[in-house]
Amino acid sequence: MTESRSSSPAEYTWPERGHRRLIGKRLSRVDGPAKVSGKATYTYDVHRPGMLYGKILRSPYAHARIKSIDTSRAERMPGVKAVHIIQGPGTEIFWAGDEIVAVAAVDEPTAEDAIRSIRVEYEILPHLVIDTDPQRAGDMAKPTAEEIVGDPDAAFRQAEVVVEGVYGLPVITHCCLESHGLVAEWEDEENLLVHISTQAVSSIPNQMARPLGIPAGNIRVKMDHIGGGFGSKFSPDRWGIVAARLSKLAGGRPVKIMLERDAELMVAGARPSAYGRIKVGAKKDGTLLAWESTSWGTGGMGGGGRPPLPYIFEIPNQRKQHTAIMNHMGSARAWRAPNHPQACLLTMAALEDLAAELEMDPLDLFLKNIELTGRRAEIYRQELQIAADLIGWKTHWHPRGDQSHGPMKRGLGLAIHTWGGRGHASNCDLTIHPDGSVEIKLASQDLGTGTRTGITIVAAETLGLPMDRIKVMIGDSRYPASGPSGGSTTIGGVSSATRRAALDALDQLFAKVAPALNARPEDLEAVQGRIRVKGDPGRSMSWEQACATLGGMPLTVRGRNPGPGNLTSSGVGGVQMADVSVDVETGVVRINKMVAVQDCGLIIDMKTAESQCYGAMIMGIGYALYEEKIMDQLTGRMLNPNMEFYKLAGLGDVGELIVHMMTGPGYDERGVIGLGEPPVISPGAAISNAVANAIGVRVPFLPLTPDRVLEALHKKGGHHATH
Amino acid sequence: MRDRRPSDERAASLSRREFLKISGLSLSLPVVTDFRVMRVAGAEVKIFGPGKVPVTLNINGKAYTAHLEPRVTLLEALREEFHLTGAKRVCDRGTCGACTVLMDGKPVYSCSVLAIDAQGRSITTVEGLMKDGRLHPIQQAFIDNDAQQCGFCTPGFVVACKAFLDKNPHPTPEDVRKGLGGNFCRCGTYMGIRAAVLQAAHMQKGGASHD
Ligand code: FES
Ligand code: FES
Repeated sequence: MTESRSSSPAEYTWPERGHRRLIGKRLSRVDGPAKVSGKATYTYDVHRPGMLYGKILRSPYAHARIKSIDTSRAERMPGVKAVHIIQGPGTEIFWAGDEIVAVAAVDEPTAEDAIRSIRVEYEILPHLVIDTDPQRAGDMAKPTAEEIVGDPDAAFRQAEVVVEGVYGLPVITHCCLESHGLVAEWEDEENLLVHISTQAVSSIPNQMARPLGIPAGNIRVKMDHIGGGFGSKFSPDRWGIVAARLSKLAGGRPVKIMLERDAELMVAGARPSAYGRIKVGAKKDGTLLAWESTSWGTGGMGGGGRPPLPYIFEIPNQRKQHTAIMNHMGSARAWRAPNHPQACLLTMAALEDLAAELEMDPLDLFLKNIELTGRRAEIYRQELQIAADLIGWKTHWHPRGDQSHGPMKRGLGLAIHTWGGRGHASNCDLTIHPDGSVEIKLASQDLGTGTRTGITIVAAETLGLPMDRIKVMIGDSRYPASGPSGGSTTIGGVSSATRRAALDALDQLFAKVAPALNARPEDLEAVQGRIRVKGDPGRSMSWEQACATLGGMPLTVRGRNPGPGNLTSSGVGGVQMADVSVDVETGVVRINKMVAVQDCGLIIDMKTAESQCYGAMIMGIGYALYEEKIMDQLTGRMLNPNMEFYKLAGLGDVGELIVHMMTGPGYDERGVIGLGEPPVISPGAAISNAVANAIGVRVPFLPLTPDRVLEALHKKGGHHATH
Repeated sequence: MRDRRPSDERAASLSRREFLKISGLSLSLPVVTDFRVMRVAGAEVKIFGPGKVPVTLNINGKAYTAHLEPRVTLLEALREEFHLTGAKRVCDRGTCGACTVLMDGKPVYSCSVLAIDAQGRSITTVEGLMKDGRLHPIQQAFIDNDAQQCGFCTPGFVVACKAFLDKNPHPTPEDVRKGLGGNFCRCGTYMGIRAAVLQAAHMQKGGASHD
């Protein structure tokens, strides 16, 4: 029963507006009850019979060579079942917290005692954990060649106004609340079962196969729920391979390694920093003419990414140069919308400074140059208008520097962003059983974005069934392969594959039941739990009756993405505006209100889509105001690998948040586009701009902590009158 | 110091023999160490360990027993010994609230309470909030308002919100902002949580009989 749909590809479409019963409505996530009752099982909650606990000894030095390792006391300790040297004598270590030795023991306290008993001698080598100055990085700085667009020299000469500034944002961490980790166990000599907290169920087996010397097909990966990933959980990581090795040493017993919080913050996730000296030239009326940027940043030994500058506004004349700094801060991972939040701050802050210099409203400056944003210009224009209305821009915006009395200064700021988000490769098996039940299997994962819910909605909509009749099974590498959840690609991929599978399954079902309804298959439709003749609803049968015609054999159809029909596309625009108050005596920044206006094509579930935007704004407020991986120059270690001093935004810190999703004509027909990344891009820039608007001076670096705010005020002119 | 309740005294004064009778365990178990009493600075201090000691906990109205090292936290006991994994381990040092449970009706960070010190207390975890298979109003409100994404912070928040509402049955939005600062969410579900607390307060006012 695998023949493909006879209809033409054009028929793989989303239902028209007005014919959508579920798609786009505000529907509750299907795994909500499991999550609120504590029944949802995360990797951290997995408990296997005979399970051992793995712990890892980490390097206290940012740069060192291992001289010797003595594990003899750990090996003799009762309850210790396996000891494994991860990096042996002679190995060079490049960041503090790197893995040296692992143990597995019958319980955590014993494993901790064993780790404490291990003696390692290091030869300490010089380290570099600074990223704010490429000059100090010596040959660890890797400059790229200068890039020229148009004629920047002539354009700067022609410019009537030129502004120059330095902006930046530091390395931050992912700080997933469920730390990285797994339970690995050998079911026999050749077969490994892995429960792992991952964004990539389908690709973990392949990544573990080579280091373990077994075929990928012998590795089964399972995950029900994941407590956050944000780009940091695509790999099994070294500790994943280590857990499998420890299990082997312990005769196949399950070994669980979940990182402690300090390790999670030190080694399991970092977003590269970015800094830039930016020069912008414009005409007096705000027309942008020239851009020059010298940027740098670090992602640890990998050097970090390169922010796409200038961001969105394709200024006709550009000179750009970027330097990647390699250092010992620990390696970077993809962090929601890699490189975009950095590029957004560096660009939007420079443009806002230009507007201030021109004594122009930045909203007008953006609109003036909106054609430079390319094919999404109209989307941005619409979104800017809506956002301005929602935040009361025309009423509350004032020229730079709140001139009102008292220490509380209020300001508004804005930023715009973009992202791709086309659906990834995805396969699913949709089975209709003769008893009428429906299940869908795919080796995808739900990061909390609502993947399960989205699949359920699409299948239920297509088959004309209520959502609770659809059983979605994900999180098992034995199911049809589906792409990793990164880059906002999941919803487009799984919804398209599900839609195709459900349409094909319906075609096959229609062919079976058409004779009984005395109709042609193409004249049938599935509506409200019935199969009926279009335009003649009296001629119908129930879903159950229809499925009974399948006889003894369930009907299974494979759905795929990419595939026929334009069900997903790429490229979204979003606008955010922030309203802040700054206490110029204490330097404390408060968010009064933030507005996000976002497009993402056809929305499957409005409720979880809005949640993505709220969540992204809140994460953005976190990195705008609080978050920074602070490195100790002396020891080369992270100074705040805990949640007291690596501060996330709390419930009382985020002000009033408003989300407006763009829907309807011009949006829906683009198909499904992902939403995880885009709304997290603008908050840093919008908030930084709002603070500048409030206090009359740019605070150059995020996070906008009180000390940085006060320093900027001090530099501006020492004394800031509070009248 | 926390206030001691009579039941606490009783639990603390159980002899090892009595404990083993109650828990129905045979003496063939590996030897467990009882506590000793020392006088320190004029006060009596119980010294447990080294080694495992018998522990009985009253969780969601049921008695649970185990042999635990004195250093084991309530959170570890719940998760590793009794497989009640609703409370999550995140910071493991009293910052994030993911491990929140109720002890005699008050919210505590279970990562920062020793299991041996939780004896004699009435402990409620997120698993204990459902009654007769029905969600507690705050749980339903979390679903309605999508106050969860990955859901890892959710059990801690649900318990914290229940405790908050027990103390503040008629909260203003401002009360909610001030009163729920002891839990963190990385996915950013605070808007949903604020709305959920207000909805649950409203529902409870409407006479829902859940406690
Ligand atoms: S785990 Fe207990 S407060 Fe964070
Ligand atoms: S829902 Fe993911 S941490 Fe709160």
